[in-house]
Amino acid sequence: MDECVRLEDVGKQFDGQWVFRHVSLTLPQRQTTAIVGESGCGKTTLLQLINGVVSVDEGVLSVLNAPIPETGLPAFRRKIGYAVQGAGLFPHMTVQQNVDLMARLEGWPESKIRNRVRRLFELMGLDSALGTRYPYQLSGGQQQRVGLCRAMMLEPPLLLLDEPFSAIDPITREEIYGHFEVLQQQESVSALLVTHDLREAVRLAQFLVFMGSGQILQHGETATVIESPASESIRRLIETQL
Amino acid sequence: MKRLVVTLALFGWLPLNAGEPIVVASKNFTESYLLGEIIAQRLEQAGMEVDRRFGLGGTLICFEALLAGEIDVYVEYSGTLERTILKLGQRTSILELNERLLSRGLSLLSPLGFNNTYAIAVRKEVAEEFSLERISQLTDYRDLRVVVSHEFLEREDGWPGMRRVYGFDWIPEGIEHGLAYQAMADGSIDITDAYSTDGELQRYDLTVLADDKAFFPTYLAMPLIRDDLSPRAQAAIEDLAGTLDDSSMASLNASVVFEGADFASAATNHLRSIGFDVADGRSNTFDDLIRNTQRHLWLTAIALLTATVVGIVLALAVFQVTWISNAVLYVAGLLQTIPSIALLALMIPIFGIGMLPAVVALFLYSLLPIVRNSVTALVTVDPVLRRVGKAMGLTRYDELRYVYVPLAMPAILAGVRTAAVISIGTATLAAFIGAGGLGDPIVTGLALNDTSLILQGAIPAAVLAIATELMFEGIERVLVPRHLKVLEQPR
Repeated sequence: MDECVRLEDVGKQFDGQWVFRHVSLTLPQRQTTAIVGESGCGKTTLLQLINGVVSVDEGVLSVLNAPIPETGLPAFRRKIGYAVQGAGLFPHMTVQQNVDLMARLEGWPESKIRNRVRRLFELMGLDSALGTRYPYQLSGGQQQRVGLCRAMMLEPPLLLLDEPFSAIDPITREEIYGHFEVLQQQESVSALLVTHDLREAVRLAQFLVFMGSGQILQHGETATVIESPASESIRRLIETQL
Repeated sequence: MKRLVVTLALFGWLPLNAGEPIVVASKNFTESYLLGEIIAQRLEQAGMEVDRRFGLGGTLICFEALLAGEIDVYVEYSGTLERTILKLGQRTSILELNERLLSRGLSLLSPLGFNNTYAIAVRKEVAEEFSLERISQLTDYRDLRVVVSHEFLEREDGWPGMRRVYGFDWIPEGIEHGLAYQAMADGSIDITDAYSTDGELQRYDLTVLADDKAFFPTYLAMPLIRDDLSPRAQAAIEDLAGTLDDSSMASLNASVVFEGADFASAATNHLRSIGFDVADGRSNTFDDLIRNTQRHLWLTAIALLTATVVGIVLALAVFQVTWISNAVLYVAGLLQTIPSIALLALMIPIFGIGMLPAVVALFLYSLLPIVRNSVTALVTVDPVLRRVGKAMGLTRYDELRYVYVPLAMPAILAGVRTAAVISIGTATLAAFIGAGGLGDPIVTGLALNDTSLILQGAIPAAVLAIATELMFEGIERVLVPRHLKVLEQPR
């Protein structure tokens, strides 16, 4: 199988309102797919479906070649990395504690934890001395890189990214893009990036999904989509943002 | 009696309950304190250990406490037993009272001597001028200025009954009881009602007229004990029978109210005057202070610890369901609106008197600030962090342990701190139900209108409250410095 997530005719509603319906989509393995769309188009809900925070109302959803389990959601979620805007680091824990919390709960041996953290810090270009600091002592860019280390700690095959780079200044952002690409390739992780920034999507993703008003507008390899937009509105979006 | 086994177990550890001292109680007025102290000192002189529970808030609390075995002895009045407690007809004999009490495991010892009933008092000059000795003579002196207390004017065992029995055909004016003595002293009235052992009778040099038609009910003071009080203790108390007549009780009262004697030394002097060789210096202000403070801290600490554990567990159990957490907060808030003295009184039928009901009441009071702060802190944990914690794959328990509780800790501690300060204040009221503590001198001071005694309780209580604030500031600094620093950072 070279798909890590498959949606077939999936729909989700909140309080009787459909956020989206009839969404069908497959995400290829070991690639980065970006979902681009205005806020409120259902991008974040899509992520929450995939890690089982909310449940599907219609259609079929399969993640890592299996349906979302009914029980044992925590164990399921540990196979899926998750990074958010602003990093969402726990303020009462040191950087090290933030990153290795799940590994400790999983009962990893000390040496394995140490090696894993060292490798992730290297990939993300983080100084190992930062481990003893608290999140508030870090810059926004450093926090976000720590957030990515945390998301990747348990060597998940799938990584969900909810606008993780949008609160960072442009220069730092470009630097983090570089680190992220290295991380994604070295770890061979399938990444799903939700963003409203088309430039970022094109920069990082091999596949692009345009979402709007509760449905998928266009889906394909990044270069193909950019060259031949499926609709006038997508073409305008590409022209204005790129 | 319903008892909480766990709490009782805790109480077993209390240093003050060690051994089996005889618990002597009193109500919260001067004469009762004095009688309690006299009995206590007599028992101590006879070689027994005594625990004083003075200043209990009223007749029924004393009686219930005696029934429940919380106390062993206090002095009650025959008229009060007859009317208020046993609700019998008038003029029940002591023998009959005793029979009724025996069936409940109590018994009366011999009267101490005096009869603290209503009396008719006349200014001495007037009494001498007209050779007044008996109440019935008053019919011949209708132009004397008789002014009586409002209560006496209304009560059946006051003027209305007296008027019938003695055949008075006039109705006197009413006056506030406290003002009547003043009016007698400055000669603006000649005759008023009094209690036969009021210290004022001696201070203002008043003559008490004999109740020659035996109208007034008798209020003979008698030690009321539990049957299971040791024969040795019973005998020691019995030695006091008949040793206090009306005028010696009145002068004892006066020595405390007007001459500033403390209960202990007044009691010592009296016991010596009737031939008991009582040791000096029972009342040591410093020892009292230490004992009261210790007791106060115990009350507060047990209540606070329990409330902290229960409060936090409760908050954790309910915070994720909005309607349940609202309901819990509502009930806890409701408890807080019950006046503290009423809450303490409500505890008596369930838990008796002493430390247990006080601890339960303080526990209920402490619950609200702790639960409210905890729930509020837990529900306001940053939604991003909640989402991340869940998405990372934390289990329910781990979410609480690693995310919710540490993040809510500063606010939870602030709740505990508020509860601690409230408890220390409220615990002063616990003295009314015999729990002791720094409320003891306050209650006694209120009974005596003695400001310095009140301050002996109020100042240490205030100091304790401040010390608690500082202690919690320290705890917060040690326990949550980084959280606090972090939470002040803008995201």
